[in-house]
Amino acid sequence: MRRLEAFLRFLWDFVVGDDWRIAAGVVVALGITALVADTSLAAWWILPVAVIVLLGASVWHAARSARST
Amino acid sequence: MSGPELGLAISVFLACAVEAVEALTIVLAVGYTRSWRSSLTGVGAAVLVLAALTAALGPALTALPINVLRLIVGALLLIFGLQWLRKAILRAAGLKALHDEREAYEQELSAARAAGSVDRTRLDPYSFTIAFKGVLLEGLEVVFIVLTFGANQHNIGLAAVAAGVAVLAVVVAGIAVHSPLSRVPENTMKFAVGVMLTSFGMFWGATGAGASWPGDDAALLVLVPATLGVSVGIVAMLRRRRRLASAAVGPEAVVRA
Repeated sequence: MRRLEAFLRFLWDFVVGDDWRIAAGVVVALGITALVADTSLAAWWILPVAVIVLLGASVWHAARSARST
Repeated sequence: MSGPELGLAISVFLACAVEAVEALTIVLAVGYTRSWRSSLTGVGAAVLVLAALTAALGPALTALPINVLRLIVGALLLIFGLQWLRKAILRAAGLKALHDEREAYEQELSAARAAGSVDRTRLDPYSFTIAFKGVLLEGLEVVFIVLTFGANQHNIGLAAVAAGVAVLAVVVAGIAVHSPLSRVPENTMKFAVGVMLTSFGMFWGATGAGASWPGDDAALLVLVPATLGVSVGIVAMLRRRRRLASAAVGPEAVVRA
């Protein structure tokens, strides 16, 4: 049980990393891209916008945490 | 070599070199202080596991329908790339300590010395385990990058060659200087890898989700510099904020993580 827990923790750290919001945001952005791509609208711009928002928010959050430590 | 293939080779080479530098530090520390034979046996065992993983997962990945593969690979590359980029940006802005190979080496040396005496006629479990774990954990990320980049472009061979060349270059440099490679610009390399993984992740992820890029493959020629520009812009903004905060309350109030 402890080994399984350790493995799952390793897997989480390996895939998700320091900020789970990045992983969640990427999944949501890809979902929106797939939905928009099914319509007649252009969907290519969604991921670049998501990257700017996710990266900016994650770094800003980390910077604030570092300053308040 | 096409643009995407060049991107594949550069990304894999840089990512692999960074991880190899970190693995080399661990192996050198246990090798010098305890047992070279046991450490190198640990390295060999880890390389075998990594090779087996690549051989098992590579064909499985390439068997997936191309759009499913691009969607999964795009998502994973984006998550990995953004994490690498986040860390590199925080380090470049001075909000996170730079990875110091010399310090990591000294810590490994102390731990290895504290682990007790070594019987050099037998396999030393400590040296074996530390070298095995170090190479396996650092190598897993490289295997992931080799597989995802390689499978997506149906060129795992090129990715594997780029990874092999990077490991060889780091090992040769390590043998030449007999110490950890503390002068390698690790953060710059991580920054570059983060930019490439994020750009390719966006490209393949959107394509896999059914979107079409203006200009098709040529969109990468815009995505890579744009991602770099945004990242450099964030670093500049964070540095400016740190300077202003430092000027307002004194340098000691700006805490480094």
